[in-house]
Amino acid sequence: MADKKLQIALYWGAACGGCDVAVLDTNEFILDVAAVADIRLWPIAADGKYKDIEAMADGELDLAIFNGGVRNSENEHIAHLLRQKSKLLVAFGSCAYMGGIPGLANLTSREKILETAYRRNPSIEWGNRVVPQPETKLNGKELEIPKFYRRVYKLDQVVDVDYYIPGCPPQPDRVRETLLAIVKGELPPKGSVVGAFDHALCEDCPRTKNEKKVKKFYRPWEIKADPDTCLLEQGVLCCGVATRSGCGVRCPTSGIPCRGCYGPPPGVTDQGAKLASAVASIVDSKDPNEIEEILAGLPDFTSFAYRYGVAASLLQRSYRQ
Amino acid sequence: MSYEPKIVGFLCNWCSYTGADLAGTSRVHYAPNIRIIRVMCSARIDPTFVLKALREGADGVLICGCHPGDCHYSEGNYKMMRRYPLLKKMLTDFGIEPARVRLEWVSASEGQRFAEVVNDMTQRVRELGPSPIQQTLAQDMAER
Ligand code: SF4
Ligand code: SF4
Ligand code: SF4
Ligand code: FES
Repeated sequence: MADKKLQIALYWGAACGGCDVAVLDTNEFILDVAAVADIRLWPIAADGKYKDIEAMADGELDLAIFNGGVRNSENEHIAHLLRQKSKLLVAFGSCAYMGGIPGLANLTSREKILETAYRRNPSIEWGNRVVPQPETKLNGKELEIPKFYRRVYKLDQVVDVDYYIPGCPPQPDRVRETLLAIVKGELPPKGSVVGAFDHALCEDCPRTKNEKKVKKFYRPWEIKADPDTCLLEQGVLCCGVATRSGCGVRCPTSGIPCRGCYGPPPGVTDQGAKLASAVASIVDSKDPNEIEEILAGLPDFTSFAYRYGVAASLLQRSYRQ
Repeated sequence: MSYEPKIVGFLCNWCSYTGADLAGTSRVHYAPNIRIIRVMCSARIDPTFVLKALREGADGVLICGCHPGDCHYSEGNYKMMRRYPLLKKMLTDFGIEPARVRLEWVSASEGQRFAEVVNDMTQRVRELGPSPIQQTLAQDMAER
C-alpha cells in the first residue's frame, strides 16, 4: 500500500452535515489522511463529480464513507455506486446506521411531509405552492429530480455494509481511531459496529445509581436535577440503559439525559422496546390508573425512544392509513 | 378471500397456561386462531416479543398472566401491567390499532374465561382486518 495512495470517497445522503463536520473535527488528522489518500469525492468539502465515480473500475476505491439515511433515489443511486466501486463501505453516523433523525419522518407519511413543506408552509407565497415532481415538462424539455421515497431507509436496507460507526455525530476521537484502524487494515469482522463499546452507556456513566422507583416523570427543564445521581432515578427520561456506550457519556455528564444516538447495545433488537421495558419497570405503582397517570408524564415517548432508530426498529415506519 | 386472523398468545406458565390447558381438557371450544407460546411469567414478555410477533405476521397478540397479587414470582405481572400502556402508546404512534394487542389476567381455574377471551379477541381482530405491516413493507421495497 506504500507506493499507492489510498482512494477514498465520502458522501452524504439524507443528512444534516454534522457527520461531515465530525470528520473535519478530527483537525490535523484529516490533513494527514489527505497526505496518504486521494479524496475522490466529498461533496461538502472537496470537488469530485458523480460521473468520475461512475467511470471508475469496480473496487477502485479502498474506502467509501457514507453518512445520512436513504430518503430519495439519488441517495440510493450513490449508495449502489459506492458499494460497487469501493472495497469497503462504512455507514457513518446514526442516520446511515439506523435512519437517524431523518428517519423520524417514518412516523408520518410522504404525503403529509410534502403537504407541510410545500402547500401549507406559511413562508411560501400563494401561487408558488408547487409540489416538486420527479419529472416535469418545461418549454418542451423534460426535467428530472430524484424521486422522494415513501420513507427513510438505513443504509444496509439498501446495500451491503461492511462497518458501522454510530453517533449523531460520531465522536471525533473515535472517528480518528477507527479510520486509522481501517487505513492500517486492522479490521474487526465484517458487519461490526466500530468506534464504540460492547456495553450499555449506564455502565460508564459516573452518576450514582440506587434502586429506581419513580412516581412522576419530569421534562428536563421541569426539575433541578441532582448532578451526581442517575437522571432516570430522578424521573428524567434517559436512554442510557438502551444505548451503546462510546460517546464518552457526553450528555449525562453535561446534565442532560442520553437520547440514544449511539443506538442499541449488543443483543438488543429494538431500542425503543428496550427503553419501554426499562422505564415501565421503575414506575412505582401497582394500580393501573395510577400507572397510566404516571406514564402520561412521558408525552412523546415513542419519538424519544426511537429518536434515531425508527427505520432500524422492528416496525420501521408508521402504518397509519 | 376470507381472512382468518393469526393471533399469537404469550401465556405465563403458572396461571394462564394452566387455564388454557383446563379449557382444553374440559373440551371448551374456542377459536383455533391462537398460537400459544408459554413463558415462565408475564414479566418475561418484553415489548420486543410483541413487536416481533406483529412484524413476523401476527394480526394480534394476546398477553395473559396471573391476576394481580397472584403471580408465582409475586410481582412479575406488575411489570407487565406497567409496560402495557407504553406498548399501546407506541403502537398507536406507529399507526397500529392498539386493539391488536391485549392484556388479560387468567387464573388456572378460568378455562372458560380463557376461551371467551380468545373468542372475543379473535372476533375483534377479524373486524380490524389483516395487519398492514408485511404488505406495507413489501410495497416500500417495490417502490425502489
Ligand atoms: S448522524 Fe446526526 S450529525 Fe450525522 S448526519 Fe445524521 S443528524 Fe447529522
Ligand atoms: S440512566 Fe442515564 S443518568 Fe442513569 S446511569 Fe444510565 S446513563 Fe447515567
Ligand atoms: S449520551 Fe447518548 S445521546 Fe448523548 S452523545 Fe452519548 S449516546 Fe448520544
Ligand atoms: S407467573 Fe403468572 S404472571 Fe408471573
